[in-house]
Amino acid sequence: MTHGVSAEIATAIAGHAFFKGLPEGLIAAAVSGARERTYRAGEFLLREGRAADEFFAILDGKVALEMFAADRLRLTVQTVGRGDVIGWSWLAAPGRWTLDAIAVKPTRAIAIDVAVLRSHFAARPADGYEFLLRLVPVLASRIQAMEMQLLEADVL
Amino acid sequence: MSSRAVTAASQVDRTISPYAPSPYVVRSRTEETSDIATLVLEPASGVTSRPFEPGQFNMLYAFGIGESAISISGETGPSGELTHTIQALGPTSRALFAARPGTCVGVRGPYGHGWPIEAAVGKDVILAAGGLGLPPLRPLLYRLLAQREKYGRIEVVYGARTPKLLVFYDELQRWRARNDLRFQVTVDVAGRDWYGDVGVVTTRLPDARFEPANTVAFVCGPEVMMRFTAQALLARGIGPDAMYLSMERNMKCAIGFCGHCQFGPDFVCRDGPVFSYRRIGPYLTTREV
Repeated sequence: MTHGVSAEIATAIAGHAFFKGLPEGLIAAAVSGARERTYRAGEFLLREGRAADEFFAILDGKVALEMFAADRLRLTVQTVGRGDVIGWSWLAAPGRWTLDAIAVKPTRAIAIDVAVLRSHFAARPADGYEFLLRLVPVLASRIQAMEMQLLEADVL
Repeated sequence: MSSRAVTAASQVDRTISPYAPSPYVVRSRTEETSDIATLVLEPASGVTSRPFEPGQFNMLYAFGIGESAISISGETGPSGELTHTIQALGPTSRALFAARPGTCVGVRGPYGHGWPIEAAVGKDVILAAGGLGLPPLRPLLYRLLAQREKYGRIEVVYGARTPKLLVFYDELQRWRARNDLRFQVTVDVAGRDWYGDVGVVTTRLPDARFEPANTVAFVCGPEVMMRFTAQALLARGIGPDAMYLSMERNMKCAIGFCGHCQFGPDFVCRDGPVFSYRRIGPYLTTREV
């Protein structure tokens, strides 16, 4: 895992599918709290139960979102990659991750300190609204995917 | 059934009844999963296979047990062989799934309207398959690839519930290796031994590359998968007249007499199984249909 801050991060965030077109002030806040991370296959981006303190924008690679089954068997419920974002548990109490995210291929991501985002949204609620308008469709598509998984469980 | 009986059955005048099956013999059987098998059926002496359109189905008869509507899942062989992929679900499909080489089965068909392949000429093409929705799309893919130059991009998104439920596994690897076709495979859930994509079919559609205004989509799978996939494709700009779905209902007569397969104003056996989204879209979200 590596850390770093550079103009490349600003470019990467501004060009990321999730952030593209968002208010400049919001982009600048995100950049100020951002670190670039690289993960080898098998490394965790986040672990269930731990404090949800970062928001991840995937630049390259593939990440599996995993949950425990009853017998502790790990099940991947979705894979995400370039252009996707993960980690919104910080928006809901108690602010802890509700699943694991593990790189299944070498992965590069921007990790943004959510404390920076929170304080920016407190100062500029309109940016927070824009952020949620961007995030809610992502949440909706994941909820719909899980609905399909539930509905297909007996018919596929 | 003995070979003498097969010969006698093949000589039956089928003009007597539209329900009289022709005898075919299982030539080969490939077990795709623990409950799905692909059978290649060879016509008995004196029987001629009728040409079919990809997307059509045959009624397969397990003698003494019953008849089931099964999509054609491969091209007709040089001797008129038919290919069908069968999941063991009820008594008839369990008997067909278990049929070993040499077993005689009855065939009548093909029936229904297949995929309108001519609508895709000059356009990008998307095939979205869920579970056992891939077999009815396979002959369509063969025909698209046989005249590859007539089409734009070809994108296939195939999803199964788990890796163990993927069918045509070896062929999937060959398709994925082609550079004139983009073939995405995904599963709903997986363990650590699966290195591919995980997520329902709709999660892979944002990655599909096509020009929405010049694209035709062919969708086949469980109804819930088709419902969500159609919504996702509409959201990406594919029009309701450029999207085709293959419906499945309890087909009995296969010729539009009995009404078992009624879906809204249509009979799936006679008017389908392939319909445009324009035609059936409203009924997909109507609980009473």
